[in-house]
Amino acid sequence: MSDSVETAAVTAVPAPVPPGPSGTVVRSTVMRRLLRNPMGIASLVILGSIALLAVFAPVLAPFEENFANITKTLAPADSVNILGTDSAGRDTWSRLLFGAQLTLLSALLCAGVAIAIGLPAGLIAGYYAGKFEAVSNWVVSILMSLPGLIVLLTIRAAFGPSVWISMIAFGVLISPSYFRLTRTAVQSVRNELYVDAARVSGLSDWSIIARHIFSVVRAPIIIQTAAIAGVAIAIQSGLEFLGLGDPTKATWGVMLSEGFKNVYLTPVLLLWPALAMALTIGGLVLLGNAIRDALEDGEKIKHRKKRGTTSAMGAGPTAAPATARPSRKSVAAVDAGTEHHLVKVTNLGVGYPQADGSIKKVVDDVSFHVDRGEILGIVGESGSGKSQTAFSILGLLPDNARIVGGAIQFDGNYTVAPGDERVNQARLSKLRGKRISYIPQEPMSNLDPAFTIGYQLVTPMVRVLGISKEEARRRALKLLTDVGIASPERTFSAYPHEVSGGMAQRVLIAGAISCEPDLVIADEPTTALDVTVQADVLDLLRELQQRLNIGIILVTHNFGVVADLCDRVAVMQNGRLVEEGSVRDILRNPKERYTRTLLASMLEGKTPMSMLVSSQKEPVA
Amino acid sequence: MIKFIAKRLGSGLVVLFVVSALTFTLLYTSSGSIARNILGDQATPEQVALKEQELGLDQPLVIRYFAWLGDALSGNLGASWFTSEPVASSLATRIPVTMTMVFTAMILIAICAALIGVAAAVKRGWVDRVVQVGAIVGDSIPGYVIGVLLVTLLAIQLGFFPATSTISPEVGPEAWVYSMTLPVIALLINGVTGGAQQIRSAVIKQLERDYVRTLRSRGIGEREILFKHVLRSAAPAGLTVLSLQLIGMLGGVVIIEQIFALPGMGPLAVTATGQSDLPVVMGVVMYTVVVVIVVNLLVDILNGWLNPKVRVS
Repeated sequence: MSDSVETAAVTAVPAPVPPGPSGTVVRSTVMRRLLRNPMGIASLVILGSIALLAVFAPVLAPFEENFANITKTLAPADSVNILGTDSAGRDTWSRLLFGAQLTLLSALLCAGVAIAIGLPAGLIAGYYAGKFEAVSNWVVSILMSLPGLIVLLTIRAAFGPSVWISMIAFGVLISPSYFRLTRTAVQSVRNELYVDAARVSGLSDWSIIARHIFSVVRAPIIIQTAAIAGVAIAIQSGLEFLGLGDPTKATWGVMLSEGFKNVYLTPVLLLWPALAMALTIGGLVLLGNAIRDALEDGEKIKHRKKRGTTSAMGAGPTAAPATARPSRKSVAAVDAGTEHHLVKVTNLGVGYPQADGSIKKVVDDVSFHVDRGEILGIVGESGSGKSQTAFSILGLLPDNARIVGGAIQFDGNYTVAPGDERVNQARLSKLRGKRISYIPQEPMSNLDPAFTIGYQLVTPMVRVLGISKEEARRRALKLLTDVGIASPERTFSAYPHEVSGGMAQRVLIAGAISCEPDLVIADEPTTALDVTVQADVLDLLRELQQRLNIGIILVTHNFGVVADLCDRVAVMQNGRLVEEGSVRDILRNPKERYTRTLLASMLEGKTPMSMLVSSQKEPVA
Repeated sequence: MIKFIAKRLGSGLVVLFVVSALTFTLLYTSSGSIARNILGDQATPEQVALKEQELGLDQPLVIRYFAWLGDALSGNLGASWFTSEPVASSLATRIPVTMTMVFTAMILIAICAALIGVAAAVKRGWVDRVVQVGAIVGDSIPGYVIGVLLVTLLAIQLGFFPATSTISPEVGPEAWVYSMTLPVIALLINGVTGGAQQIRSAVIKQLERDYVRTLRSRGIGEREILFKHVLRSAAPAGLTVLSLQLIGMLGGVVIIEQIFALPGMGPLAVTATGQSDLPVVMGVVMYTVVVVIVVNLLVDILNGWLNPKVRVS
């Protein structure tokens, strides 16, 4: 329906785009990208031609819009009436041109009214919040619960047929879409540092809004305007199609209705207004999509650059050496004679295909192993590839990730055989949960908010161990006690949002050990927690590891955690393994400069710890 | 949960009151000389004054509104100024026709958009591309244009379907379903293309959530993750999309009914609007707002059931 376009325009609020360092630079690159996109060019050409035809309609049209030659009705196309005439003998081509004029003007009026109301209201509601926001939210919810066409019918009944009045009314009705978009965008930048800085430097609220916030909402507003102009054209033409428009004006809606009345005689009369509408609205839809794509591409490039600087991986051909890739047959099983480890990672490489066909490596030539009853720490700053390494072992890499080299064995079996492009999911899906488990970084986002904690503990046990629900429930309560939760019954029946972050992390640890795995991979398990809770969680991990004799891979950026908990440590930088060895050796005698830098950054200003490393002989507890 | 429903119901009633007051004010203050419109140019001033008195137009607006409200609460929405038929009874005969179409179309939209949208999100590839292109095409062609083209092509040119659908269920279910097919298709195409794309985005957003990865790490199968967790979390967004589409459809169906000459709310609303038959226009607006409020209430309740967080807040 015309109106489902309206709903799309209201719901599809484009994400606010962070402003570039300089607005004009961003704009010009977006414009360039838009012109490179075939969809963008096509839409600009279509809309541009329609706009030109509309502007020059009085010159281009051979007849007045209402000039009727009653001796020549429903005539086919000829040299005088190039698209024929309608039932009153009016020239179809001329009316189409004048219709374009009125249609575009009315769409502009509607969008203008909607912006004039929605933008300031959104800015105020987003920037100052408070009562104004509450009231406007309420008004918005009312406006959005009214079908546009019904409102326009009411307006028509009250004010009579006028394109302008109905478009002003529709502008008011659809202004919530600008309001919501602006408010969301403003809220997201209101507390950004650069806005704070502007405030501190004494800029008035209005100049902050004008300079910083306006640059954020500009692009989404253009996209939204394209959508709303299309909806306005559809609904105004619909009103005219119903015969409720101004009868003295030539419009596409009237022409469509005229064509429909004569559908048995000259169905072609329908075609032209329908085509004009589809082209115009389609052009607007395409334009909106193309601008959005151009902005999103810009984001991706910015993103890539940012990543590129932190983890400047060699862009050149970094494929693993051919010798490190033996033929698949020879290594299908455990290599005879190699020592048996719980997990053995050999020359692992992980990469992501880029738009230009190359593969960007995020993990390169990484090897290490973990045994039962041992805790290996993988240390590195963000972007060093430590999490990617951990997720390769779990087989939980994102869909577009590729294994570009090396192998992973779990308990002697390949989960990534040499030469494989992807993790062997068939094998890993039998191991995950049962023998390998995972403790995530951010406790809250890793529990499904729609299910109770009990459900999320019980189900994996039922699925993996095949035990009954009652048995699983009994075990879950015991697990909750084991991880130090004081009231297991209450936590069991609570929803995730009803417990604290530290509690949620204990629940996730309980979940990780619920099926008695051999290996637990913990990805920054304490980073998101309060300092006091961090120590508790680390104690818990150590205790569990000793009691259950499991292997743990602990991914962290914090050498303190490593020193506290780990037996061995692997240091990663830019996707490569820098150094690997026992915690004692590496803390006491770091060979690589990078390791020393990491250690120094951790130790800076922390006297007791620096004592631990520099003067004492026994650095690790 | 009861408190939650009561609160939503209360705010719905407030909306109903506000919208009725605003509409009433708008209609009755700006319509010019209503009595003269009804009687025509030949009427004498005395006749006009008499008519105004008869319609109660000589009373102040506030009194008239509360009189209307009092009557409306007892089920009396006044009578048409032109046909003298009670508004409530003409609504009662027409609402079933319109609602049958709207709900048939909505159910089909919900099923098709959900299936296609979820498939596009999970499988990506060509299904995804078809959904993307379909959304652009659907957004570009208003539903009534699709309706007009469908009638022209399938009914008039090819004769597959009846061009008008004035028949009622009494003629037998088969012919009735047959005649309703085209209008329902015209109603649902935009909804399916737009809805599928929005449901696709909602599902993709959920699939990328952290807890999905954690569920995988716990050994839960992909199927169970999709159907039990992801779809449940994506459902509120999907429901919002569908409820907005339904609101839009209450307007769109007016034009579709006009195209197919269906005896639903559409022709009533269009005629009343053209004649400024204010009691009928008022009745049409009230029926629309009531439908919207009921639908929004149902969506809220469903969301509360799906998401425990909504219930407590």
